[in-house]
Amino acid sequence: MVPLSYYLLLSAFLFSCGVVGFLIKRNIITIFMSIELMLNGVNLSFVAFAAHWHALAGQVFVFFVMVVAAAEAAVGLAIIIAVYRTRETLNVDQVNLLKL
Amino acid sequence: MSFHLILFLAFGAVCVAGAVNLLTQRHPINSALSLIAVMGALAGEYLLLGAEFVAAVQVIVYAGAIMVLFVFVIMLLNAGVEEQTRGSRTALVLGVPGMLTGGVLMAWVVLRQSGTRAVPIDALPGSPRDIAQLLFHDFLLPFEVTSVLILIAIMGAVVLASKPDSPPGRID
Repeated sequence: MVPLSYYLLLSAFLFSCGVVGFLIKRNIITIFMSIELMLNGVNLSFVAFAAHWHALAGQVFVFFVMVVAAAEAAVGLAIIIAVYRTRETLNVDQVNLLKL
Repeated sequence: MSFHLILFLAFGAVCVAGAVNLLTQRHPINSALSLIAVMGALAGEYLLLGAEFVAAVQVIVYAGAIMVLFVFVIMLLNAGVEEQTRGSRTALVLGVPGMLTGGVLMAWVVLRQSGTRAVPIDALPGSPRDIAQLLFHDFLLPFEVTSVLILIAIMGAVVLASKPDSPPGRID
């Protein structure tokens, strides 16, 4: 028997890894992948709670999260391509036009 | 130790190893491949929780479609090893201990509340029929809104990724 808290711990760990990657990574594609990791951690929480409360709506929400993630990945990667075309870099430290 | 717990720990170990590997690798293609491993292992966790349809969609959409998009962009832009800068080292020094503190707090809160039962492997509650009943009946409006959202996202991606000097849609 696997307790709910184990699933929540794994989910929290994945989310934390996503946050750390978002903070320490300088490559914009890797930063995007960290965001996907965070979304996956949240999805695991959704499914675990759906199994815990016998509420199937939690699984339906996972689909909505996936759709939003797909839309975000498509638009975000297109923006990355546009940024790379104008600035010739993937390093977020060099994309600092708005910095004081 | 039950068979269920062993499976959970095996998939969870793959998840943890993949997530840590994503952080430690310097080349984006290695990070992408470890993220695919995390997503595949998460599909196994979903199966253990009885969500068979979610597991299938996780493999097809996430590990399949979205990650192919990532790998394709990495290949297209010829992304190399990322360089270490002063900003990222500050984030490393400040961010990792902060996240560790937050993680320990979160684990403490979660572990105070426990006690649920696992779903038997042959009794899967998340069948496609039940999911479809919910998705196309109770959640019909959000479903339609997300379809509009993804249509807008596709058009936005085409507009953004096309060459700036050529109007979108015209083939030269």
